[in-house]
Amino acid sequence: MAPISRGFIGRRRPVADPSLVPPGQYVTSDFPVLSAGPTPHAPRDEWSFTVDGAVQKPVSWPWNEFTALPAESVTVDIHCVTKWSKLGTRWKGVSVDTLLDGVQTGAEYMTAWSDGGYTTNLTVQDVTDGKAWVAYEFDGQPLEPEHGGPARLLVPHLYFWKSAKWVRGLTLTLDDEPGFWETYGYHNHGDPWREQRYQGD
Amino acid sequence: MARAAIPGRLTWQLGQVLELIDEAPRCKSIVLDVSDWRGHRAGQHVDVRLTAQDGYQAQRSYSIASAPEDPELVLTVQRLEDGEVSPYLVDVLRPGDDLELRGPIGGYFVWEQALDGPLQLVAGGSGVVPFRAMLRHWTAGRRESAARLLYSSRSLREVIYRGELTRLAHGGGVDVLLALTREWPDGWEGHRGRIDRGLLERAAWPPEHRPLVYVCGPSSFVETVAQALVDVGHEPSRVRTERFGPTGA
Repeated sequence: MAPISRGFIGRRRPVADPSLVPPGQYVTSDFPVLSAGPTPHAPRDEWSFTVDGAVQKPVSWPWNEFTALPAESVTVDIHCVTKWSKLGTRWKGVSVDTLLDGVQTGAEYMTAWSDGGYTTNLTVQDVTDGKAWVAYEFDGQPLEPEHGGPARLLVPHLYFWKSAKWVRGLTLTLDDEPGFWETYGYHNHGDPWREQRYQGD
Repeated sequence: MARAAIPGRLTWQLGQVLELIDEAPRCKSIVLDVSDWRGHRAGQHVDVRLTAQDGYQAQRSYSIASAPEDPELVLTVQRLEDGEVSPYLVDVLRPGDDLELRGPIGGYFVWEQALDGPLQLVAGGSGVVPFRAMLRHWTAGRRESAARLLYSSRSLREVIYRGELTRLAHGGGVDVLLALTREWPDGWEGHRGRIDRGLLERAAWPPEHRPLVYVCGPSSFVETVAQALVDVGHEPSRVRTERFGPTGA
């Protein structure tokens, strides 16, 4: 049991459904931005999305082909390790299932990589069966660069650093290789419901 | 992007409040005695957790303002009017209280003496907090690479660590340039207005010196400054950012 903080009451904001908010999180209506460096601005005509690594045949889509793939509109709750959660966010993008459809691989892990050098590691299981998208619209508008546009990974069931901004590809790997924040002491998996913020949580 | 060693498990610890120091309106430094603090690097932060009588808890992250070589752990907190944790820390907390925290957290937005290149810091408002740790650490070590701080504040009254920054600027070997955006004292000789591309070109380490640049402040400030730095020729991989905000880290 944590010690009581003398005189602390808190400003408890009414939440429609508290069961939607993972432990240690608070709900915000803002859309805060976190990033380790300057925002990249990749021109659409130089953008492509690639699935490669431990696969039989790498595959790549330029922007116009990528956005012509079957897209899904999803409404999901997102949870940032810096404690904010945002409920009912609306996105449009391509399901990772669609991107991996036809890709032959025995790999169980992958590294999502981005313009600017950011990486994050995920298991294939964590991003398949309708659990992850490469999103290019937020709230009915093209995704802004600050929030990861042209496209970002969207893995809402994990802390939001796993939803790599400015994502350009998924590299399938036979071993689990920690990404950027995972190497700096953040949790390898990042399940907000188990409050897996930092290594050892 | 470079990789660092993975630290061990972060457990919650208690720090005893030794002292509260008024730094600026709505802004205090909390001096803590944390008995088994594992040490930290300049630029890292901690999570603070408050617990109410009925078990309700709130957590937020705060930058560490003390250098690795300082004897006590110091957090500097600015009260956000709509905040939940910062009003408690600034208005309710008092010496003798225990504060629950865990850390240090973060390994990228850090400066260490082993890093090469001149040190360029660009702060907006309370974004100066991790830079106090970095400048103290810089002062404690070698001096061959000069440090520069560009610091944007609404008014002189709201400048955090004003006395310490003045000492660093006069004989401390740090170039400090204050940019005041809303109010200027009579005869103000520093910059008037925001930190923009022109000021970065005039006053920051130029790209050809390959400085390591740290930008910290509100999100819109960081976005603008980081973009301007890239526009004037700084390598994106040498620009490290951390964003503060009512809801950010």
